[in-house]
Formats: sequence, C-alpha cells, structure tokens
Amino acid sequence: MSDAIQAVTMPKWGLAMDEGMVTVWLVEEGAPVAAGDELLEIETTKITNVFESPAAGTLSRRLVGEGETVPVGALLAVVAEDGAAEAEIDAFVESFRAEFAVAAEAAAESVAAEPESVEAGGLAINYLRAGTGEGVPIVLVHGFGGDLDNWLFNQPALAEHHDVVALDLPGHGRSAKDVGAGDLAFLSETLAEFLDALGIDRAHLVGHSLGGAAVLGLALDHPKRAASLTLISPAGLGPEINRSYISGFVGAARRKEMKGVLQMLFADPGLVSRDLVEDVLKYKRLDGVAGALETIARAVFPDGRQAVVLAERVGDLAVPVQVIWGRRDEIVPPAHAEALPPGVPVHMIETAGHMAHMEAAGEVNRLIAAMTG
Amino acid sequence: MAKKSYRQAINEALAQEMRRDPTVIVMGEDNAGGLGAPGEDDAWGGVLGVTKGLMPEFGRERVLDTPISESAFIGAAAGAAATGLRPVAELMFVDFMGVCFDQIFNQAGKFRYMFGGKAVTPLVVRTMYGAGFRAASQHSQCLYPIFTHVPGLKVVLPSSPYEAKGLLIQAIRDDDPVIFLEHKVLYDDEEEVPDEPYTIPFGEANLTREGEDVTIVAMGRMVKFANQVADGLETDGISCTVLDPRTTSPLDTDSILESVEETGRLVVVDEASPRCNMATDISALVAERAFGALKAPIRMVTPPHTPVPFAPELEDLYIPSPEKIGAAVREVMEHGA
Repeated sequence: MSDAIQAVTMPKWGLAMDEGMVTVWLVEEGAPVAAGDELLEIETTKITNVFESPAAGTLSRRLVGEGETVPVGALLAVVAEDGAAEAEIDAFVESFRAEFAVAAEAAAESVAAEPESVEAGGLAINYLRAGTGEGVPIVLVHGFGGDLDNWLFNQPALAEHHDVVALDLPGHGRSAKDVGAGDLAFLSETLAEFLDALGIDRAHLVGHSLGGAAVLGLALDHPKRAASLTLISPAGLGPEINRSYISGFVGAARRKEMKGVLQMLFADPGLVSRDLVEDVLKYKRLDGVAGALETIARAVFPDGRQAVVLAERVGDLAVPVQVIWGRRDEIVPPAHAEALPPGVPVHMIETAGHMAHMEAAGEVNRLIAAMTG
Repeated sequence: MAKKSYRQAINEALAQEMRRDPTVIVMGEDNAGGLGAPGEDDAWGGVLGVTKGLMPEFGRERVLDTPISESAFIGAAAGAAATGLRPVAELMFVDFMGVCFDQIFNQAGKFRYMFGGKAVTPLVVRTMYGAGFRAASQHSQCLYPIFTHVPGLKVVLPSSPYEAKGLLIQAIRDDDPVIFLEHKVLYDDEEEVPDEPYTIPFGEANLTREGEDVTIVAMGRMVKFANQVADGLETDGISCTVLDPRTTSPLDTDSILESVEETGRLVVVDEASPRCNMATDISALVAERAFGALKAPIRMVTPPHTPVPFAPELEDLYIPSPEKIGAAVREVMEHGA
C-alpha cells in the first residue's frame, strides 16, 4: 500500500487509556489539510485534547462520528494525497479495519509497555521506557507534584523515532518517597544516578518546571551527560514562583480544593477533569508523600521564592539549549526567559499555560524532535 | 499497579498497619482458626478468609481467636483501646451486634466525651453486612443506620477494593471508635490498589460519576449499581452524578447539597431497611437545606420494610436493583416534562 493514503488512528495517551471519544471534528470531509493541522478533539476519561493530522493531503474520509467512542488504534479518518482513487481509499479502509480486528485481538492477549523500577542512589525509581531503543535517548522529567504520566501526549509521539524514558522523581508517582534534603542538588544527582543505573551516558534532557531546573543542574554538574536541553516553563531562571500554587498543592486534601489548584496549571481550566483530580489525590494519599512534598517545597521554594537561579550559567553549556514557555503560565513567569543569555531560542506558545507539553503537545513535540534530530 | 480483591485489600491494610505499629492487634471468631488443633494453625482467617496469613506473620499474641461471645470480646477490645492498644475486632456479621450494643454504644462510643476528652478509644470493629449472599434474615442486614445514629462512632462503608484499603488504614489510625462495614458480596471484586499504604480521609464523598441532570447518592454495594445505571443512561442522554459518601458518620453534607444545587434532582439508593435509614436522612437534609434547588420530588430506592427473605427469588426482588435505580432516575427526569 502506498503512502498516498494515510491512516489517522485513535492515539494512546497514557497507560490507562484504552479508548477515546471523538468530541468534535475541526475539519470537513473533503477539505485539504497540512501535516500538523488540528483535525479533531478527543476526550478520554482523564483529559480532552486536539489531535493533529499526521500527513498532508485531503481529509477524504471521516469514519467516526462526534460522540462516538472507539478503542485505541482504531481508524478515525483517512488523509489521501490528491488524485488518490475513491476505490483505492475504500480498499484501504476495508483492509485496515480487517487488520485492526486481528491486531486488537492479539493486543488483548499481549502485555503493553509497563513502568519498571530501578535503584538509583539507593532509591527505587519508577520509569517508563518506550520507543526504538536506538540512538541517544530522550529523558523526560516532570515538575513539582507531577509524574511520568504528564508526558502522555509526548512520549508516544517521540517514541516513534527515539528511545524515550520518562521517570517519576523521588517523592513522586510510584518512586520512593525519600527525598533526602529535597533540594535541587539532590534531584540533579538522583537523575545522574538514574542515568547510570539505566546505562545511559548521554541523553537529550527535557525538563518541565522543577524538572527543568533539575535537568539544567544535571547538565551544569555533569556536562558530558547532556546531548541537548529542552526546558519547558522551567524553574531555576528567576526568583518568582506562584506561592499559592505550591502551598495549595501541598495543602489541598479535598477534591474541590485540589481542582482549584490544578486549574492554575492550564490556560483552559476545563482540561482539569474529575479523573485528573482523583489521580492527584490518590498520589497525595500515599504514606510519605505529604512529607516529601513539604521537604522539596521548603528546600527549593523557601518563603515562596526560588532558592537557586541558574539563568546566567546557561551560557556555560556547550550543548544546544531551547526554552518553551506558555505565555499564559501562572506558575513560573514567562518573563524569566529574558534572563537567559542571548542566543538561547525561546519559543513562546501564546495559547498555553504552565503545561505547554499537554496543552500544545503537537508544537512541543515538533520542537523537541527538531532539537533531538 | 496490581489488581487486588476487596478481601486482599482489607488483608493488606491490616498487615501493613500491624507491621508499622506494634500496638495494632486483630481479634475475632476464628480470625486465625485451628486453635488447639495441631497442624491447623491459620486454618480459617475469619469465616470468609479476610484475616488469613496474619497469624503466621504476627503470632497468636497479636491475632487472637475469641470465643463465640461478642459481648465479651467487643468489650475486651474497647477496654484494650482505652488502655493503649489499637484493636481491630471482627464482629463476624453485623446482625450479631445486638448482644454487644452496650459495649459499642454506651462504652466505646462515650469514653472520649464522658472523660472530658482525656481518653481516646482507637477501636475498629470490622463487620460483614448486606444481602445477596443467600444467608437469610439473621445474616443479611444493613444495620449501619443504627451506628450512624449514635454520636461518638464513625461509620465507614467502603464500596470498592481501593476504597477499602485506604479507609481501613485511616480507621486504624483514627483515635475514635470506627465501625467498618464490609459488604460480603464485594469480597471478590477486583481493581487496581496501590501496594503502598495510603489513607482516605473520613467525611469526604467520592464523586464516582460527574453529570448534570441527576444526583444519585449511593453507598457500599449500591455505588456499583449506581455507576452501572449512570453509564447506561449516558447513552440515552441523561447524565448523572454519583456520590458515594464513603462514611455515613461523619457525613459529607456539603458535597451532597452542592451537587443537588447543580442538578436539581436527587435519587438516594440505600440497601438498608427503609424506615430511618440513610435515604430518609439524606432526603431530609436536601428537603430542608436545598428545597429551592429541586426540580422534581426526591426519590428513594430501598428494599421493602421486611426481613431479608431466604428464598432466592424473593431476596433478588428485595435488593435495590440497577433496574429500580434506573426507573427512579427516569421518573425524576420526566417530572413536569
């Protein structure tokens, strides 16, 4: 089958997703599309997001109606190059569906990629590895209170061409809840030991928020470990931090409070679903989490200010660095990007808040891919 | 994350708290089993095997088999709690509480208040309840409204394995007497349960479905039915919120009222007998404090006011079913339409 006809399939956003609902189509059947154009919105139990066209051509078939729910991998639409024959497109759809039915049966029996655990610096670190297993890996590091699931829109896409590792920092997700001094040095050093434990010499480091400061610290302390740096709404570039977010996240125990706190993260507060709030509460209920978060918050953001500012030292790095920021970030001010040495590219995403890698996943994925080759 | 049954989740909560805190002990009829019969240690683990495996790890000093005398061992547990231990006593069936009323209501439930706050009573009474087990009238009741009625007791109704583990650990760490009610039909239900210990706070309802048209309040096994109904009605364009209060004392009245303010319609599902149960209590709460928000009369889905029948056909008719819940939701939706 030629590349002239491309399948658009239900993506898998996160380990827990096995189906998704098409909420709205953004392109009419028969209309031209470019690669990266927003095609449709998909809703899972956790989150709603736009899905972009994987190819250029004509949206020649829309195969799932608005409000319909289909399993991951099912055919949503077909994008065909101009001139593709109708009969050829029909044959493509028929053959895809036949193969998908067989594949779905096989998938039901096989085991999907599962997070694993490795010991780093005496701590059990939980991580998820996906992708080609070749080349310099991409390592994704979440922010304060996050976990490896924050990369649900990024890891699968990046894994098509790279070896991609996402981890839970100590005190987070399913990693050990011992956070030592809880400062940036501890986090950077744990990352270095984590790379050792996986036998990764060099990696394309991608860090969000506190994870951004942690990978920056790692690259400064161990220059040979970084192949490149992508910092998304990073901490560590200026003194301000939204202290009501930090104290709210640490303190919130009830669903309603937690929801209000999490809504600060997104330009579109509607993205904070019941399941998203419940997942965060489930994490916060685990023994040791409250203490871990308090320790980190006290060490990294004492008195509601960032303890360590590394902006000027970014110039010391010999590897490429890029910064991505949501213009509507209410947690770490986008103005911190101005403190960077000249020549460091800063990509402002107008429509995103603090979670640009979730709210503008397609664009962030393209920027990471451009950096990592 | 591993899938665990309701039974395993409860067993894991007990084992983890016993490891963490040497003052936690377990006692009840055949909680280990085989006492006095050589080679038969840990023969039972309670009548449905919930405490199996605890005795080999923690020994007979901390896993006590008691005589069939609830008034004696529930009283002993209350006394142990008042003097420094954290006992988890198993009252096999909640139906047997009649013989240990005084120990629970007048003693354990009153210590803190009557000793001017100077005494704590960190007692947990685990007990099975509910119909659907073909166990007849004396082993099938839902007596939680009676405990809910008594100030000084906390009353917990876990509706799933995840809920059971977190709520039981919270119950063990709580300094007040807690009645922890396990629905016997849920023991083999499975879901993902973290391996680590965790706690779910009392007095916060769980929102298991979020919708705009109707609020369904349900507890225990009825949460499962309410979720089924909500999922089924979704395809017909009726969107339901399902609220599981988790604890009937303390009761999260705020979440119930807020939800009814949003939806304007309330269906309460309660497996307990219909007079003076949680359905009447929650209906009264909403009628008194959110009457203006109501777009339709409140509907209660409960069993009839009879003993739980033994005949399987009658027992199935007795229990509030998804069909009855669905019909009640449709009725409040159609009101005034």
